[in-house]
This record gives sequence, structure tokens and C-alpha cells, in this order.
Amino acid sequence: MTDHTTKAYDQDIAILKSQLAEMGGFAEEQLAHAIQALSKRDIVLADQVIANDQKLDELERQIEEKAIRTIARRQPMASDLREIMVAIRISSDIERIGDLAKNTAKRAHAISEALPRKLATGLSRMGTMAQAQLTQVLDAYARRDDEKGLAVWRADEDLDSLYNSIFRELLTYMMEDPRNISMCTHLLFGAKNLERIGDHTTNIAENIHFLVHGKPIIEDRPKNDITAMMRPSDE
Amino acid sequence: MTDTAYQIRLARRYAAERRFRAYGLIALVLTSVFLLYLLVDIVAKGWPAFIEHRATIDVTLDAAQIDKANPATADYTVMVKDAWRDQFPEMSSRSQKKQLAALLSQDTAEDLRERVIANPALVGQTVKAEILLSDDADLYFKGLSQEADTSLLEKVADKIDISRHFSWRLFSNGDSREPELAGLRGAIAGSLLTVFVAIALGLPLGIAAAIYLEEFAPKNRWTDLIEVNINNLAAVPSIIFGLLGLAMFLNLFGMPRSAPLVGGLVLALLVLPTIIIAARAAVKAVPPSIKEAALGVGASHQQAVFHHVLPLAVPGILTGAILGLARAFGETAPLLMIGMVAFIADVPKSLTDAATVLPVQIYLWSDLPEIGFQSKTAAAIMVLITILFFLNGIAIYLRKKFERRW
Amino acid sequence: MDHQTSSLVTPAAPRIMAERPVRISARDVNIYYGEKHAIKNLSINIPDKAVSAFIGPSGCGKSTFLRAVNRMNDTIVGCRVTGDIQMDGKNINSREVDVVELRSHVGMVFQKPNPFPKSIYENVAYGPRIHGLASNKADLDVIVESSLKKAGLFEEVKDRMQQSGTGLSGGQQQRLCIARAIAVNPSVILMDEPCSALDPIATARIEELIDELRQNYCIIIVTHSMQQAARVSQLTAFFHLGTLVEFGDTDEMFTAPQDKRTQDYITGRFG
Repeated sequence: MTDHTTKAYDQDIAILKSQLAEMGGFAEEQLAHAIQALSKRDIVLADQVIANDQKLDELERQIEEKAIRTIARRQPMASDLREIMVAIRISSDIERIGDLAKNTAKRAHAISEALPRKLATGLSRMGTMAQAQLTQVLDAYARRDDEKGLAVWRADEDLDSLYNSIFRELLTYMMEDPRNISMCTHLLFGAKNLERIGDHTTNIAENIHFLVHGKPIIEDRPKNDITAMMRPSDE
Repeated sequence: MTDTAYQIRLARRYAAERRFRAYGLIALVLTSVFLLYLLVDIVAKGWPAFIEHRATIDVTLDAAQIDKANPATADYTVMVKDAWRDQFPEMSSRSQKKQLAALLSQDTAEDLRERVIANPALVGQTVKAEILLSDDADLYFKGLSQEADTSLLEKVADKIDISRHFSWRLFSNGDSREPELAGLRGAIAGSLLTVFVAIALGLPLGIAAAIYLEEFAPKNRWTDLIEVNINNLAAVPSIIFGLLGLAMFLNLFGMPRSAPLVGGLVLALLVLPTIIIAARAAVKAVPPSIKEAALGVGASHQQAVFHHVLPLAVPGILTGAILGLARAFGETAPLLMIGMVAFIADVPKSLTDAATVLPVQIYLWSDLPEIGFQSKTAAAIMVLITILFFLNGIAIYLRKKFERRW
Repeated sequence: MDHQTSSLVTPAAPRIMAERPVRISARDVNIYYGEKHAIKNLSINIPDKAVSAFIGPSGCGKSTFLRAVNRMNDTIVGCRVTGDIQMDGKNINSREVDVVELRSHVGMVFQKPNPFPKSIYENVAYGPRIHGLASNKADLDVIVESSLKKAGLFEEVKDRMQQSGTGLSGGQQQRLCIARAIAVNPSVILMDEPCSALDPIATARIEELIDELRQNYCIIIVTHSMQQAARVSQLTAFFHLGTLVEFGDTDEMFTAPQDKRTQDYITGRFG
């Protein structure tokens, strides 16, 4: 795309993009550390993640401020307008992802003993998948690659399925031994956080589609999270 | 760029400006001096023409010579001359009497005649009459006499009561061979008639031509040619228009010579280019946005021009018209060519009566030998200049009044 | 993006077009200034009772086409218009249409306010008078007052109707020109950058006025300000180098234009 006649306009948008890239990269880092802290029961790492979350908050504020200034100054139209709207929304999504990663890390405090192997594998797989989704969608945004974004958008279905099975597992453990309830509840929350991170990455993918095409995605996203409708008898 | 170089340049610029201002001032002063000299010269020469001298004597209105019922028929000149001679009973010889009579004007009894006609009851009485003195006597009393022997006039001066009056005759009489009786009425009437014809023909034609050329004519080589020719015509020597008038109006159409009609036609042709050029410039100066606005509202081209453009062009057109009028007033050469150079004593009453115009009158008077006509000529010049000032003043006033109303 | 589709006779079904009848329909219009080909094969449908904005860089032909709608180009020597511009079932370029009659149905407001140097009353009354819209002075008064009211100027000038129109402020003069255009009861109002000589407050008032007027008139506005086009119009046409590049709903054009050239222009990437 050719440059704006006003160079300062290009600079404004470039700054927004680089701030978003920084925020995305940092969120990826936070997520990786949170997962590691939870599976390794590393309290120190967990506390680091919790403390660092405010950096993401700060970045989100900066991006929002920059976006508002650009709107006021440049009266952006068409693609520029979508660019800035999407930047605000994505920064909000990434900030939520950061919060969810922080919450996941917090759960590390509550895990006192080693997890059962099945749970550990499941959670680890969820973490990997969430991380992959985040990386891919941020990459898709950087390249304005709608196809890649849509792939992430559809892949979230798998993450939801995985969450369902972990949910069932945790229910089983809790029913087996009431002394497990405490730990399992924390793990439940942790898994839920990861599943929510996946949802946020699909939000980002929807924004990428809007950015590229100027229209929202029409079809319904394939969702597979049926946990809200599960009953004990479904076992 | 050093300071001193800059200072030098500045000083040189100031010096140049000062020199330029000085040149302007010198030019202005020189022009004023010449103008002043001219005016002073003319006024000095001309003011005597505005004064006439009259003698006051007793005249017996002999009832035997005047028919009370019809006082106009009596010969008042004889009565006045008798009364005059009675004042100098010592002048008895024929030649002396002739000399005495020569001191009175040809029309010396006119005022008395008017009086008696107005009031026939005066018949039979002896009245004090003011009688007009002849040119020689008049000059003597104005101090301009070039006579060698002024003894008679000195006697008259001692004996008779001589009074000075403003000479309204200058404006109420027609032309005459006698200097003291010569007036400008005929010339002014002729000028007015001639210029009236010139403007009545030239102004509408000129304005219409200007509007047509500017607004309605198609822009092609023909209109360009016409435009060039109009500009050239404005610079043609005026005598050529006179030749045209002679050839076309007098010879071809057989119109009466020296009539204001012909003079007016010739002058109309003369001022037409000037009026067209001024009117065109005035129409061109109207901002095109006004015309566009009128067209946008649905006016036709003609309506837009006549309702909107023309009213705004009026000041410029007026100025051009009055300048044309002033020029027409002062033209001499072309009118000479069509014969307005004769001695016309009567005041012209219609457009086809023989007439003369003010500038031509000046020319004619300037050629006459009598000393009295010298001051008359200068006086006529003063009258012409006054009229021209007046006309130009109107032009300036109108221009100021209508200026820049948009 | 295939830009052939954008010059089609029927644009990609703008929402507005479906709701309103077509007021002006142009087909294969070409306009030449001597040798210069100013408008190339233009086809467009302009709907009634809506504001259509023409945008584009300088020299793109938007003003040229605007002036073709009321045949003001006739006053320019060497200007040739070919093609069909249909209004009320007649081609306005044909011989049987009287241009003076046309201009009483298509009013025009110019870039620089140009009221007549006459009184305010006379400014508005001139048009109705020459077209014989009022049979007596009372009727004329009614027309003048209603036009001034519609233009939002009556309250400000009702006490000085005999004063010169040129003594008003810029914004008031432009509203006077709008009143003058409305007074002849046109069906279409053409506006050639009407606010470019006005300050922001006067501009806002005129835009407000345009918004009210569009309920009753078909309005075409040429503007250099995209923000103005976005605010004021329901449809926008983008012109470039004499061609109509895109014509569609204003909202869509300014959030997601179809043609890259349109995109580049409205985001300020031209040049």
C-alpha cells in the first residue's frame, strides 16, 4: 500500500503496530511462563508472571491513548479506520489474555503435590494448544493473513473438546476422593482460563477478518464447549 | 552581506526615491505654472468683454413720433440720437455730429424701446435713458483704446454720466459685426443642439454596440476585426470625420449645410468609438459571478445582461458618455468642414437651421480685426472652459457616486 | 479489485437506491473542453430526495459534470457535451429542452457566495418574478418569506429586507444564495463546494440546512472535504481523471470502499 501523503500519519500507525507487536510478544511470554509455573509448581516463576501483568495493562493504555489521538488528529477513513478500531479491540483481547495467564499462574500456589499423570498431560496439551493459537493469530495479524486467522478460529474447537475431557476427568477425581476437591477446583479454574484464552484468540481472528475484508464473519463459530450443560448423570 | 554594502544599497535606494519624487514635483510645478499662465492670460484678456458702458441722458419721448397704440413702430434711434446731440450743442458741424453719433452703438435705443413697449404711459414724457455706447467709446472707458485722438471722448467723459454694467448681452445676443453687440447665444444654442444630436445618436448606439460585442457576438475573426477597427477609429484625427460628413451627409444625402443635425451626426461618429470602448470596459469589469448567479436562477442571457450586468456597468458607461460629450463640445475641425463657419446672426431654433458652435465662434471671432473682438474671443474661451469643467465635474461626481457598489 | 464493475450503469445496489426513485440518469456522457476530454463515458443514476456527494482530486471532472446537469457549461466557449442526461423523461442536452426553463428546475449554489448587489428581498424575488411564479406582490412576499425561512435566514434578516444582500456575513450570504435558488421551486439543487469559503460554524449551519432540504429536493454536492461528504451525503461518487470510479452508499464507501483508487484517495494516500 502506498504511503499517506502526510508522513506523520504513517508514523502514527507504525507506532501503533509496533506497540501491539510488543504487547503480543509479551503476552506470549507470560502465557508460556504461566503454564510452566503451573505444571512445575514453580512459585517464584508464578509470582513473576503475576507481577509482570501490569506491564500489559500499561501497554494497553498506551495503545488506546495513541489510537484515540490518531482518530482525533487524522479522521481516519476506510482501511485506516478499521486498522485503528481493530488495534483497540485486539489490545483489549491481549490484555485479557494476560489477565487469564496471570490467573492461571496464581493457581500454582494452590497445587501442593504432583498432579496425576493423566491430568498433567491433559493440562500440558491444553497449554501448548493455547500457546500455539496465540502465536499463530498474532502472526496472522502481523501479516494481515486472514486465512491463517480463520484456521485459528476453527482450531479453537479442538481446544474446547480438550477442555471438555479435562473437565470430566476432574469431576471423576473429585467424586472419587473428596480430599481432591480443593486441588481439582483450582485446576478447573486453570483449565477454564486456558479455554478462555483460546476464545480470545478467536476474537482476534475475527478482528483480523474485519480488518482485511471490512465485514464481520457471518457464520457462527464452531463451539464445542458443552460443559455448561453437563450433568452428573452424563458420566 | 556586510553591513556597509547594505547601507550603501539602502542609501542609493533612498536617493533614487527622492529623485523620483523630485521629478514628479517638478513636472507638476511646471504644468501648474503653464496652466496658471494660460488661465491668467485668458481671464485678463477676457474680463473686459463682460462689462459694457452706458451713458445716462434725458430723452424726450415725443408723442408726435410715437403711436401710443403701437409703440414698437417708432424710430427710437432717432430720438436717442437727437437727445444725444442735444447734450453737446457746441458740436454743430456735420463731421462733428457724425463723430458724436459714432459714439453710440447701433442698438443704442433698444433698451429704451423695450421700456416704452412695456409701459406706453411713458409716451410724451422725458425719461432718463441708459444708452449703449459704441465699441470705440466702450474701449476708451475700459482703458483699452488705441485711438490717437481721444479729445471727444474726454469731453463726453466730463459731461455725461457713464455707468458700467455687467454685459448680459454677451449671453443674450446672437453674433454681430459690432463688437459691443456680439453675443454667444447663437453659438451656445448651436452647440447645445449639435451636442444633443451627437449624444442622442452616439450614446444609445455606442452602448448597444458595446453590449452586443461584449456579450452576444460570437467570438470569431470578424468580431476581432471589428474590435481592432473600433480601437483605431478612436485615434483618427477629427478632421477626417469632417471630410466624411462633407462627402456623405452634405454631398450624398444633400442635407442642409451648417445645420446642427449634420454637425451632430458627424460628432456622433466621432465620439462613438470612445463611448464603445468605455462601455465595453465597464461591462467587462462586472464580475462574471453575478452573471453566473443570474443564469443559475434561470434568467436568459439577455435578462442576465440587462437586469444585472448593465446596471452595474452604468457608472463606467456614464463616465465614458460624459467624456465623449465633453469632447464633442470642444471639437472644431470637423464642423468647419461641414460648413459651420459662416457668420450666423440668428439664434438657431431647429435642427436644420444654420448654426455655429462655440469653438467655431471662438475661431471666427479670433480672426476679426476689431480690438473689441479680442476680449470677446477670450471671454468665449472662458465660457467654453467653464462649460467643460462643469461637464467633467459631473462625470467625476457620478463616478464617485456609483463607484463599487458590489 | 475489478474497477470495470464500478462504472456500470447500475451501481452495486446501494441501499438508498432501492428506497428512492431516480431523479437524474446519465448514460455515456462525454464532455470535452476543446481537445481536453474532461468526462469519459459517465453513467450514473442520482436518486431523488437524497444528497449525493461528488468527491475526487482537483481536475477530476466532478465540477464539470455538475455544471452539465444545469447546462452551465453552455456558457463556456469550446465545451461539448455528448451523451444522454435524462431528467423528467427528457434528455436535457436535446434541442427541445429550453435551457432557461431547465435552470428554473435545477438550482445552483456556487463556491463563493454571490448574492446580487440588490436588496435581500430583491435577491430572492428576482427568480420568481422572471418566471412568473407570483401574480401579485402579496404572493411574491409569501414566496420570499418561505424561501428565507427554508434557508434558515428569515429570522436574522426579517427587519432589514431592503438592505443590500452584500452586507451580510459570508455564511448568511451563502444561505441567501440557497434561498434564492429555492425560491424558483426547483426539483434539483446543485452545490459546488458551497462551504469552502466559510468558517466552521457557518459550514455546520449550511450542512444542517442541507440535511433538512434533502427531504424535499434532490441535492448534488461537490466537495473537497471527505469529512463533509461523509457527514452530509447518503451516496458518494468518486471521480478520478474524468471517470466515475465508484458510486455507492456513503457509509460503505467510507468504511470499506470497493475500488483501490477510492481507498487510496479517501485515506490520503494519493500523490
